Amino acid sequence: MMEHISAERTSLKIRLIKRLREDPSAQGIALISPTMIYLGIFMLIPLLLVVVLSLMTRGPYGNVVYRLNLANYLRLVDMLYLRILGYSLRTAAITTVACIFIGYPLAYYIARIPAKQRSLLLFLILIPFWTNFIIRIYAWIMILRTEGILNGILLNLGVIKLPLDILYTPLAVQIGMIYEFLPFMVLPLYTSLEKIEMAQLEAAADLGAPPGRAFWRITLPLSVPGMVAGSILVFIPAMGMFVVPDLMGGAKTILVGNLIRNQFLTARDWPFGSAASMLLLILTLLVTLVYTRKAGFGEELLI
Amino acid sequence: MSEKKPALWLRMYAILAYAYIYLPILLLIIFSFNSQKINVRWEGFTFYWYGELLHDQEVLLATRNTLIIAFISTIVSTVIGTFAALALQRYRFPGYTLAESTLYIPVIIPEVVMGISLLVFFAQIGMRLGLATITLAHIAFNIPFVALVVRARLHGFDKAIEEASMDLGANEVQTFIRVTLPTIMPGVLAGAMLAFTLSLDDYVITYFTAGPGSTTLPLRVFSMVRFAVTPEVNALSALWILTVFIVLGMSQMIQQRQK
Amino acid sequence: MEIDLNYAIQLKDVVKKFPNPAGGEVTAVNHVTLDIHHGEFFSLLGPSGCGKTTTLRMIAGFEWPTSGEVYIKGQPMGRTPPYQRPVNTVFQNYALFQHMTVYQNVAFGLEMEHVPGEDIKRRVGEALEMVQLGAMGPRKPKQLSGGQQQRIALARALVKRPAVLLLDEPLGALDLKLRKEMQLELKALQMQVGITFIYVTHDQEEALTMSDRIAVINKGSALQIGTPVEIYERPNCRFVADFIGESNFLHGVVEDIEKENVIVHLTDVNEKIVGTTQEKLVIGKKVIVSIRPEKVRLANQPPLQQNCFECKVVNTAYIGSDTRVIVELGSGQRISVWEQNKISTLDPNAYYARGQSIWVVMFPENTLVLAEDE
Repeated sequence: MMEHISAERTSLKIRLIKRLREDPSAQGIALISPTMIYLGIFMLIPLLLVVVLSLMTRGPYGNVVYRLNLANYLRLVDMLYLRILGYSLRTAAITTVACIFIGYPLAYYIARIPAKQRSLLLFLILIPFWTNFIIRIYAWIMILRTEGILNGILLNLGVIKLPLDILYTPLAVQIGMIYEFLPFMVLPLYTSLEKIEMAQLEAAADLGAPPGRAFWRITLPLSVPGMVAGSILVFIPAMGMFVVPDLMGGAKTILVGNLIRNQFLTARDWPFGSAASMLLLILTLLVTLVYTRKAGFGEELLI
Repeated sequence: MSEKKPALWLRMYAILAYAYIYLPILLLIIFSFNSQKINVRWEGFTFYWYGELLHDQEVLLATRNTLIIAFISTIVSTVIGTFAALALQRYRFPGYTLAESTLYIPVIIPEVVMGISLLVFFAQIGMRLGLATITLAHIAFNIPFVALVVRARLHGFDKAIEEASMDLGANEVQTFIRVTLPTIMPGVLAGAMLAFTLSLDDYVITYFTAGPGSTTLPLRVFSMVRFAVTPEVNALSALWILTVFIVLGMSQMIQQRQK
Repeated sequence: MEIDLNYAIQLKDVVKKFPNPAGGEVTAVNHVTLDIHHGEFFSLLGPSGCGKTTTLRMIAGFEWPTSGEVYIKGQPMGRTPPYQRPVNTVFQNYALFQHMTVYQNVAFGLEMEHVPGEDIKRRVGEALEMVQLGAMGPRKPKQLSGGQQQRIALARALVKRPAVLLLDEPLGALDLKLRKEMQLELKALQMQVGITFIYVTHDQEEALTMSDRIAVINKGSALQIGTPVEIYERPNCRFVADFIGESNFLHGVVEDIEKENVIVHLTDVNEKIVGTTQEKLVIGKKVIVSIRPEKVRLANQPPLQQNCFECKVVNTAYIGSDTRVIVELGSGQRISVWEQNKISTLDPNAYYARGQSIWVVMFPENTLVLAEDE
């Protein structure tokens, strides 16, 4: 009996190995299955739970009442929440645009200097890129707060009489977000600009284009993939950001991220928080779809 | 892009831009030596806060946790992610599109959403939040990044060397270990480095999957910034920046030498 | 199970089909049957995409036949993987292991056989000497030139002493001069080592120079298998006559047959011509008459009763060793003629002039009659 079972097991093993060897798509499936299993358990199922949860309601003691309804979504359509959403979108958009404007000349400069200096400058951009962002935000808190460095200098110089109230305002949040995301824009832009061949610009000059026109008609359009990649890397995380508003925005500034966080941890209204998350997720997917339809999921994202 | 020197205004702009990027960081470092506790005005130079840091049990514990999580999640996600990259780049199989989309969801999903979904999940299966849940979460978001990096490096891969290896007598496993793996190793290492850094730096997802006893360095820094603002935070930040500087510097030098 | 040790490699009615990305199937190899002798230099010759490389890969084991069987030393291979077959391959782009040194590359196959350490050292040394790269052991592949890399690829395969060596257009990436040198070296090497070589190429001159026998392949089928002389002098179809060297082609219909001699009525030219054939033809069959330019004669007066036609010189090209002339018959049909310049002279009258009237002569034994393919 035992021999029979083990013989069967060996022959199954042999057949499996044979199948793997002969059928390339079986190999592919074997290689991708750890990923699918892991992400299936730890990403797809959790997301599914959130979807389900968003259709439930909060019980009186903060527990979940298992009754399907759309109450949470209807609640979201309230002006209060729509304003939060609108504010998040606006902040993310401003951040993205500002990063493009601030980052483009910098990326352009790095792309044009000789190769030796280039690696040094890239290295200098990478350090803040890899430094924990909470630290970098703290630096700005130090500068912007009422007893902070900025006010200290301005008061000492006599430029102002009373300290400026910058921290814990929407302005501070905006400053923080731009500072945080700038390297994410500069790097893909640089990658894209660096790929532009000198020969094309020379051809433009040869055909009579002055430097300004050449930039506008050739360099700029060719750098669009970098701008798109950078925009994805900035806009999407910026929409879901809650750390910067938390640290620099005070109680007055709430973005979608804060809303969700509060619902889960403070207000304990998990169903409502889930609904808000779904909203954020759908928006994110829409934006990604629009962007990638235009320029693909470029390798500019990888350095 | 070109060998011509760029315009003067561009250079000035670049200098200003770098100043803008580094000034806050430099101020941060400078004020880590401030002897005034509330760190509002410069009082005097001292190493006191660095000493405090090295005795701060919470910080040390957080550092230990962060490193453990980073190592484990890097190793696991690199293995799984590399296999995924090989699968997607070299094979066609039923369910390919589904697999590819699933793989890239963690990249585009907002961290908040991923964080709360894992919180809900662990609550549902009754698993207590702690180091284990953080690690599981980190592996989940690291796998796609590793896969992306390795996939990009797989582009120029010449399958003929694998055929040559089998032609010379090596079976599929031997070929993978002795030929394929060494050839893709730079890409795999790059992916691993990315995974390690992402894990080290992560705040949001860790925030939702951490339990009471299991704090990590980013979480600790956050609460120090929020609640106990002494120059000790500056000292911690300065050390962190220094570490990044050293590690990046080393990897740059290694890359240069390879060329 | 039949074991026929007379042959190194046999392909019996091998078919290979691939799924077409646009739907359906593509037949890459279409019922090919070959017998290759021990110690033979055998070439698979054909244009790009004809299936010659696929055929080679089926012998190596990288593809399995859809139907039919591959035999190596009399053993049917079935779905045996490459690492269990006693053949080795030299790849088109060399496929050297970039992360290993030259020595490690060549030693790799021996390590897989669990050859003991000292023997590996000795045999690797011998292999490298054989390709005249004895000192290159510690170098990395990317430090070598194309020609050197090719020879390392050769050494790596030969060091295992395979029964058969498969070469997939190994000289394709080299410049012309190097190619010619390597052709001679490869042939010499093969004769020295005595292994069967199966050589894939699209260059017919290369195949003719190096091979003992050639299989001419087009669209997955082996059209003709024979020695270089057989292939060149007695092509069995239009494709072979056209692909190997150059040929003139005339269309016609069979009028009469007398043993090997065939009388053909040429349709474009409206003349009769006598030729030879190896095929079974019937009166009334559509045929193609083929004659190579170097076999066509030009004369001022027709020396024969038949096979001579009056024509006009349309173009001449002096190549130095020969003169290439294009003549036009009354019907407008053009014939290409190559004549060796056997006499050294500067006298312009000795060379053909445009517009000159002349007779073109095609001796029956040089005039091949081939059945026209449907």
